[in-house]
Amino acid sequence: MSSVSAVTGSAPAHEPGPAAPPGRLEFDIVPRRGLIGVAVVFIAAIVAIAVNAVWPLMFLHVAFGAAWTIIDLFLGFVLGPILGRLSIPARIELTTRLMPKMVVIMPAVVTVTLAAGWQLGVRTGTVLTSYPQHGWVVASFIVVGVMGVIALGLLEPANIAVLVELKKPRPRPDVIERLMKRFIYCAGITGAMQIATLVIMSKLASS
Amino acid sequence: MSAASAPAPAEPRLPPVTEIGMTSLALIVAGGIYLSAHLPRHVPLAPAIVLLLLSALLLAANLFALSRARGFNWSRFREVAGWAMLAYAVTAGMIEYAFVRDHLHGGALVVLTLSLVVYAVHVPVLIAFTVARYDPSGAEG
Repeated sequence: MSSVSAVTGSAPAHEPGPAAPPGRLEFDIVPRRGLIGVAVVFIAAIVAIAVNAVWPLMFLHVAFGAAWTIIDLFLGFVLGPILGRLSIPARIELTTRLMPKMVVIMPAVVTVTLAAGWQLGVRTGTVLTSYPQHGWVVASFIVVGVMGVIALGLLEPANIAVLVELKKPRPRPDVIERLMKRFIYCAGITGAMQIATLVIMSKLASS
Repeated sequence: MSAASAPAPAEPRLPPVTEIGMTSLALIVAGGIYLSAHLPRHVPLAPAIVLLLLSALLLAANLFALSRARGFNWSRFREVAGWAMLAYAVTAGMIEYAFVRDHLHGGALVVLTLSLVVYAVHVPVLIAFTVARYDPSGAEG
């Protein structure tokens, strides 16, 4: 979730310093239409848990887990650096279009991945102590726990605060700069955790 | 963005809400991992209860410290916290549903449910605090 880490990063020396965005930026911090999609996804997860069949649980866990990992890695290591090289108005434009979607997508992706994954583990017995690779499963709990605390305690609040700040008639660059620093530090940790997730999940799948 | 934007007004001195909140979340996550790592064996609940109590104490301390802060934008805080709490109540409800669906019961269910309550309160507090601290326009004495 480091996509906006460079929104307010220092501009190259040759770049003229643009003024603040002209007037209030028009965007929804939480796109309401996206909430319909979230509701559909949550209902699907609840039904899958209620039915407790392996295939729907596996589908939701794998599909949403893959999305979670790929989004984090892509935003952290591909899009983030690109954002850092864009002109400042372009960074703001991209941020105000991308980040509201992330505010809706990421909590839904994470919740469904974890809920379906837990239920799948109970159904197949992989979360039980009797499972031969139990140590790896516990390691995955720890990795998810670290990512969860960082995402919930640092990234999500900063995301929303940045969007609220950008929506003001005259956003304060120092505030946005300060909030963005969180992403710079957290992106490395979250990216490393996602790589650890890939290692653990591929180990479990191949055992 | 350049320095030509709005000048930064003096920020009120605020307690370390984010740091305390992160610690509180880490404690309930640790308790959850402790419990789930021992399934289906019977596991002593005492460590999980201690972690939960510490986490809840930090939540209470956070709210108390914040309530004494001067110049904080409470109206913005309440607005953001309300909506965030609604969202996190939904996710906490989903997780609780999975627990009940798996026939979790007794002390473990109580500990995990209370952990979810701490989660569903503390995360919105962190979001609302982060937004409100940088929005001094509606600050209250």
